Amino acid sequence: MRVFGDAWGVSTETLIGAAELRAFLHGLPGVDQVGAEERAARLASRSIKTSAKAEAIDLAISMVDLTTLEGADTAGKVRALCAKAVHPDPSDPSVPKVAAVCVYPDMVETAVAALAGSGVGVASVATAFPSGRAPLEAKLADTRAAVAAGASEIDMVIDRGAFLSGDVVKVFEETVAVKQACGDAHLKVILETGELATLDNVRRASWLAMRAGADFIKTSTGKISPAATLPVTLVMLEAVRDYRAATGRQVGVKPAGGIRTTKDAIKYLVLVNETAGPDWLSPAWFRLGASSVLNDLLMQRRKLSTGVYSGPDYFTLD
Amino acid sequence: MTVFEYAPAPESRSVVDIRGSYGLFIDGEFTDGHGEPFKTINPADESVLADIACADEADVDRAVKAARAAYERVWGAMPGAERGKYLYRIARIIQERSRELAVLESIDNGKPIRESRDVDVPLVAAWFFYYAGWADKLGHAGFGPHPQPVGVAGQVIPWNFPLLMLAWKIAPALACGNTVVLKPAETTPLTALLFADICRQADLPPGVVNIITGAGDTGRALVAHPGIDKVAFTGSTDVGRQIARTLAGTSKKLTLELGGKAANIVYADAALDQAVEGIVNGIFFNQGHVCCAGSRLLVQESVAEEVLERLKARMATLRVGDPLDKNTDIGAINSAAQLDKIRELSASGEQEGADRWSPPCRLPDRGFWFAPTLFTGVAQSHRIAREEIFGPVLSVLTFRTPEEAVTKANNTPYGLSAGIWTEKGSQILWTAQHLRAGVVWANTFNKFDPASPFGGYKESGYGREGGRHGLEAYLNV
Repeated sequence: MRVFGDAWGVSTETLIGAAELRAFLHGLPGVDQVGAEERAARLASRSIKTSAKAEAIDLAISMVDLTTLEGADTAGKVRALCAKAVHPDPSDPSVPKVAAVCVYPDMVETAVAALAGSGVGVASVATAFPSGRAPLEAKLADTRAAVAAGASEIDMVIDRGAFLSGDVVKVFEETVAVKQACGDAHLKVILETGELATLDNVRRASWLAMRAGADFIKTSTGKISPAATLPVTLVMLEAVRDYRAATGRQVGVKPAGGIRTTKDAIKYLVLVNETAGPDWLSPAWFRLGASSVLNDLLMQRRKLSTGVYSGPDYFTLD
Repeated sequence: MTVFEYAPAPESRSVVDIRGSYGLFIDGEFTDGHGEPFKTINPADESVLADIACADEADVDRAVKAARAAYERVWGAMPGAERGKYLYRIARIIQERSRELAVLESIDNGKPIRESRDVDVPLVAAWFFYYAGWADKLGHAGFGPHPQPVGVAGQVIPWNFPLLMLAWKIAPALACGNTVVLKPAETTPLTALLFADICRQADLPPGVVNIITGAGDTGRALVAHPGIDKVAFTGSTDVGRQIARTLAGTSKKLTLELGGKAANIVYADAALDQAVEGIVNGIFFNQGHVCCAGSRLLVQESVAEEVLERLKARMATLRVGDPLDKNTDIGAINSAAQLDKIRELSASGEQEGADRWSPPCRLPDRGFWFAPTLFTGVAQSHRIAREEIFGPVLSVLTFRTPEEAVTKANNTPYGLSAGIWTEKGSQILWTAQHLRAGVVWANTFNKFDPASPFGGYKESGYGREGGRHGLEAYLNV
């Protein structure tokens, strides 16, 4: 690894000079888009069959952040999702539960109550999700409210406008402030890579978030297209790998949005396995932000164990 | 926490039907050879695949005469548009039978199915499609209004890309109106013989394509045959020299595509993760059995340590094993003889003081295998920096300035290919201008396209294959 000197700590207390931070981010090795896409496509052509597929499906289920982020969300909808999170397939108790349920801050209380004692986490988006266009005080209040209501994980969005206009210090300081507001809750930082446009920006934003104290870096809100893609996730996995090699601190990765099928999910697991490495192959370090993928995982799981496909009506829609 | 192990994912062999023995394909028929038949084996498990006929001088003569007759009676006089139709038909049949060709190639050669399926066979079809398009446009290729074919081409190809090298030779020759006698390598004849079947399926007139099998003697008889007008050879520099000597003073045209010792230059400002991919692809693609392989890594000293660290981590994820497993990255070494050569040169690297490293990697018990290998501390004077190893062995050298990079890159008797890795466009242009190599890749490596000419400087041979330039070798210009 390149050595950046001792001053390069991970302390969220340190205020970093704007010039130093910008120079650091622009001093990171570039990303060749053609090469990154080629690598992601090649890994996507891995053939995961039989026992490996069974293992991958259970791992993927256990990594799902089951998500509902709609204006029309109600307590009833959230409770239904929580029930699904704990028993994804009511007819098969051997199916693992998902990692967390992800909701808006005002639904956290409902989710916490519904999931009490289940071991499934409650994640809440915060900081004026999905646009992030609100005063810092409002973002922090949003975060504190979600944590006070019992959220164990906070999914914040970065200020893409500030990032794209070169004001990386603003993004850094906001992230540091949100991290402090999180207290013990884990902080996932959403880069909204669909708006960052280039893989170079994805790498820079990843490092920026990690240096500001992110516990996880997450691709997307799911509200912008494109959401998660394999090349973007590849670059983020390279970033967390390099960051751990440089600092010793491990940061998780969460692709979100656009992951719909078991095949998609397995491609992401292969990407993790061969990029960041097996240390990241657990719900503690890798999550899949998605909802519709869960039923496909359950269908493929039943197909593997019984040898026949069950129709979609044999899996619950919540 | 358990490691995510990929279960075996073998491609089915049922799609290929390997016969017990194969004859010579002469004048549209499979006929017996009169030399001593030999066996072709599967390098992944050393099992015998088939008995292959061996062409002696009389057989070579028959094949050349058949090609001459087909040239004079049918093919040479046929309008280009009609020739093009045959080539398009062959290209389509190759696509239709692509899985069969890919599986057979992997069985006979040892290369991973991922490569034969995703690289070799699609390129083979692309080559025929591309040159099919030229068949009726030769007057616009820049060689005068009515360029004429040469006649009968004798073509000798190597074992590293058996079917692709066949396509590189046969497609342009046929498009220009020549007929051919082609000899595949003795260790990898099966896909060429399947191609003979494809020629019949396409109703190609008898004698236009003749495939004769055999070892060095057969090749020598072919290139020395007085009825041949043009020789095209891809293979070792030693054999290339012999052929050039044989042809000196004759009217035969000659193109040679020989060895290489390509430099892959990584500047400090390169996109390092992609550069590492390019290094891996440059040397471990096709087990390093690639004449244009990036076998000398020249890395700028300021990033050498970091690049090596990343490279070693990446090499540890390479999957070596069953060529037919869809997840295999590195397959079997093609032959015992080649394995001996790789071992001998690697041993010399250690003796001369370079540091050898391979990732932990379990190799199968049977068959010919060599773990991906890295040598650091290599000097320009070491044999592993000068001689072509033709295996999965990378020699790492460092440089300080762009001038030093170019000097070291050019300091080789070869000059086939080179790679440049930098995010700076002007650096790419400056470096490419100063490299004496036929192909220079920038921020990628081992990319082939039928529209792009390929060929070497110095001991890497002469003449160009591919693209418009590739027509010249098969036209009387």
